[in-house]
Amino acid sequence: MTESNGSQRSVGDSPPRVDGTGKVTGAALYVDDLPVPGAWHGRTVRSTVPHGILRAIRLDADFDWSQVVVVTAEDIPGRNLITLIVDDQPALVPLGGTIRHVEEAVAVVVAPTRAAALEASRHVTLEVDALPSIHDLDAALAAAVRLHGDDNVQKRLEIHRDDADIDAVLAACDHVVEGVYTTGAQEQMYIETQGMVARWEDGRCHVVGSLQCPYYVHTALKPLLALGDDEVIVGQAVTGGGFGGKEEYPSMLAAHAALASLKTGRPVKLIYDRGEDIAVTTKRHPARVRHRLGLRADGTLVAADVDVLIDGGAYVTLSPVVLSRAILHATGPYRIPHVRVVGRSMATNTPPHGAFRGFGAPQTTFAYERQMAKAAVRVGMDPIAFRRHNLLRDGDTTATGQVLSGSVGSDAVVDALEQALEAEPPTPATRFGTLSAPVRRGRGLAVCFHGAGFTGSGEARLMGRATVAALPTGGFEVRSSSTDIGQGALTIFTQIAAQALGVDPVHVHIAQASTDRVPDSGPTVASRTCMVVGRVVEQAATALRERLETWGRSASSAAPAASTASTASAPPTAPTPAPGTAAGAGAHDVLALARRHLDQVGEVAETRTYEPPAGVAWDDDTYTGSAYPVFGWAACLVDLAVDEDSLEVTVERCLHAIDVGRAIHPRIVKGQIEGGTLQALGWALWESVPYADGRVANPSMTDCIIPTSSDAPELETILVEVPYAYGPHGAKGVGEIPMDGPAAAVASALEQALGVACDELPLLPEVLQRLVAQGGAASIGASS
Amino acid sequence: MTEWIRPPSLDEALAARREHPDFMLLAGGTDLMVGAIARPAPVGVIDLFGLPELSGVSRDPAGGLRLGAGTTFAALLTDDAVRTELPALWAAAREVGALQIQARATLGGNIGTSSPVGDSLPVLLALDAEVEVASSRGTRRLAYDEFCTGYRTHALGGDELIVAVHFPADIGRRVQAWRKVGTRRAQSISKVMFAASVERGADGTVTLARLAFGAVREQPIRALAGEQCLAGETPDAALAEAVAAAVLTDIAPIDDVRSTADYRRTVAGRLARRFVLSLA
Repeated sequence: MTESNGSQRSVGDSPPRVDGTGKVTGAALYVDDLPVPGAWHGRTVRSTVPHGILRAIRLDADFDWSQVVVVTAEDIPGRNLITLIVDDQPALVPLGGTIRHVEEAVAVVVAPTRAAALEASRHVTLEVDALPSIHDLDAALAAAVRLHGDDNVQKRLEIHRDDADIDAVLAACDHVVEGVYTTGAQEQMYIETQGMVARWEDGRCHVVGSLQCPYYVHTALKPLLALGDDEVIVGQAVTGGGFGGKEEYPSMLAAHAALASLKTGRPVKLIYDRGEDIAVTTKRHPARVRHRLGLRADGTLVAADVDVLIDGGAYVTLSPVVLSRAILHATGPYRIPHVRVVGRSMATNTPPHGAFRGFGAPQTTFAYERQMAKAAVRVGMDPIAFRRHNLLRDGDTTATGQVLSGSVGSDAVVDALEQALEAEPPTPATRFGTLSAPVRRGRGLAVCFHGAGFTGSGEARLMGRATVAALPTGGFEVRSSSTDIGQGALTIFTQIAAQALGVDPVHVHIAQASTDRVPDSGPTVASRTCMVVGRVVEQAATALRERLETWGRSASSAAPAASTASTASAPPTAPTPAPGTAAGAGAHDVLALARRHLDQVGEVAETRTYEPPAGVAWDDDTYTGSAYPVFGWAACLVDLAVDEDSLEVTVERCLHAIDVGRAIHPRIVKGQIEGGTLQALGWALWESVPYADGRVANPSMTDCIIPTSSDAPELETILVEVPYAYGPHGAKGVGEIPMDGPAAAVASALEQALGVACDELPLLPEVLQRLVAQGGAASIGASS
Repeated sequence: MTEWIRPPSLDEALAARREHPDFMLLAGGTDLMVGAIARPAPVGVIDLFGLPELSGVSRDPAGGLRLGAGTTFAALLTDDAVRTELPALWAAAREVGALQIQARATLGGNIGTSSPVGDSLPVLLALDAEVEVASSRGTRRLAYDEFCTGYRTHALGGDELIVAVHFPADIGRRVQAWRKVGTRRAQSISKVMFAASVERGADGTVTLARLAFGAVREQPIRALAGEQCLAGETPDAALAEAVAAAVLTDIAPIDDVRSTADYRRTVAGRLARRFVLSLA
């Protein structure tokens, strides 16, 4: 691990974001802001039924089509496929092909203006032989309609901690806690809707868009367009949020824009409006988790038997890996000797569900933390003491047989939470308005972990690369395909590289994430950008500095007179010796060395590839081994009040202590945690995506609501730092873990407040009213 | 292309209205601009926003408050007379959208849209408001509960404009209440709205009762059965239960993407009960 000289210290500070000024002033160009002279605009024509055979695409004979181009599957030069895990999803449904969900793309109409394209799209009609369709887990399980194999199971995964008969083990336990936990779809609601621009030049297809993973799009476009690696160039525009929603779906927009541009011979812009974006893009998987927990009378956990069902939607997309993360988190951060977990991803005639912050873990975390809350009550233990009694600690073994070794912050986050509880709580926000009712109050707790980086052998397969180069124009450039989607990647990479190089951060530039300019660092997902790619950036920067210093030492002995120009280019900060400067090499900082090297020898760059730490081994066949290189740990406490008349919930306090290894930029890290926590509270209390016959029923920001700042409590975020030896400066993943715990804490607090089991999400007031009406709490709503 | 008229005076606005009865009236745009892309473009627009003769709070000859139809909710919130004499309307104005919406949205626009979830509309019912409408033929006033005729419909003539809203001179004497139960704290569409006002006799009996709801029927409504139950009585816990039961016969809520009929019915009853309890 590199700790550079103090004067260039940046890691651990919170400097202004490098992209902040551009975004605040409006100078930043999001995809729809990019000037694209001569561009036409695309509008996607979609199915009108959730399941059927496409027979014909009809163009209204009375409409003027002279200024419109219609793109269909027949215009695809390569394979009609959005390449991902399984080759099942077409870019455009061909004639005679099967429509599997109601938002499935059939054609793209292209016209000189967006309004003209929209109008033209209304004059396209489809002839479809409708088929019976299925829209939920029960219908998928019944398999009266078969969408995938004989049983609609897109993927089945199992974990078996041991060979014991789990039913027999449970039968022998003093207590068995059993519950069924259902969670709903959730919309990412990034502030910028999805958009893509495509153009062709010299036989090469150039695509720029709002996206997380340029190389995913690159991989998808090559076979579709029958082009080679260098013939498809995918770049990221400034991107207004992703949360997983721009992980896989941008490949679909890119496919449509590229085909439209190919056929029109013009650049084509494809920008979704909000209604379309909500209706068609991926959501968090709805899930149902049946969880049985066996324990001894003293509160010691003995066995867990978990059945996980997720609704994958009409195509496989990323569901197998979402399912994998779901089951790998299904027993939580607890010592449980006997474990069986079975997970299935089911096919339905619903637009595919996909990546969303947490990636399966929030669904199973909700289940196991509700179980822990109930188990603590059952054995009569304090909720915190109960968790302490069972928490995984350094040296303990997880459900997959992974022996935890280093950076285990389980006790540290609970300690931090308990310390914070001793302090004076902030004054809770009082409800505005007249005619307020009495409230019921409750407190809920959640403790959880989240595996950082790709699951299993994923990181070893990805071999993420990053380059740090000295620029001819002075300064250094970091080249990686990790994108800044608002989470601060540009700023933390700048900090990490600057500190490793020993230069002021103003001399570090991050290259645009475009496939012709940066190596494949792997996707911007899975809480891996800082921990995995940041580490590679640090290694590349360190290697570059060492190479320059080595050269400087030999060059200065050969040619001791340094040019005046390199002296003049010293950074504006106080002159200090460069890190690691060998005695006798002179007071050359790395910046000056790089300048001299460029003048005398030429360009210089170092590329490094991620190598998993020794001992991280995973067996995909048996689902055993090191599921993740390391885990983040979190403890969340929620105090809330419920209005007795309306059952509206006010979150009065939300404490969240999270072990992040090391905060490279504490303010950004806290921002990530606060945003993720509020997103989790939203999933628990307000956010609902109802479907009607497989179609999103509330596709607008008016109805598909997320919490506002008025709904948010004063979030109390506590950074806990238990360093990870293989992360940059000890950092580990933080992007997703805040999403995992709060929903269970909310549900347990509501259970305490209302006296009814709260085992489903979202816990809208309407749901609470139903639960209260069904389950006692007779005094709610009575005169008081 | 849509023709856009922005008349500089009320006379010119009325002339434009007479000439173009098919043009859309735009008072602030906070409702009409939502979903404008999905609707066919209007033939034309008469933009009334900021028309000086429609803006501001004054007192009519009878001594009642007269609120110009073009007055924004932001302007209502800074008016002392509104805050002290119409506290229910003031409270409703505070829960319209957010600051940006309040700066554009107008009372007249809310009335013109005539949505069952219009935030100010139950207050107009509970406070016996009258709507003043004008045309080049003259002006007329009608009670708001006659003006609003159904789901997004009202009694405005094809050549008329909503000019102002009038309140009774002694409205400030009434006990007023307002509660919006929305999808969230702010920027929210109502699931149930409740507005009420009463006058009390010296002995505490309710001498006048107005109970109104929004979002529980196809239009904002007065809960007449509830009012009858309350009027002439002395509020106590038993009366609260009786009024809560009575208002259920006045409302007919539905299931939609924002809530359920069951929830709306349950909450409407509880809000009425809470109001009566607050008088006890």
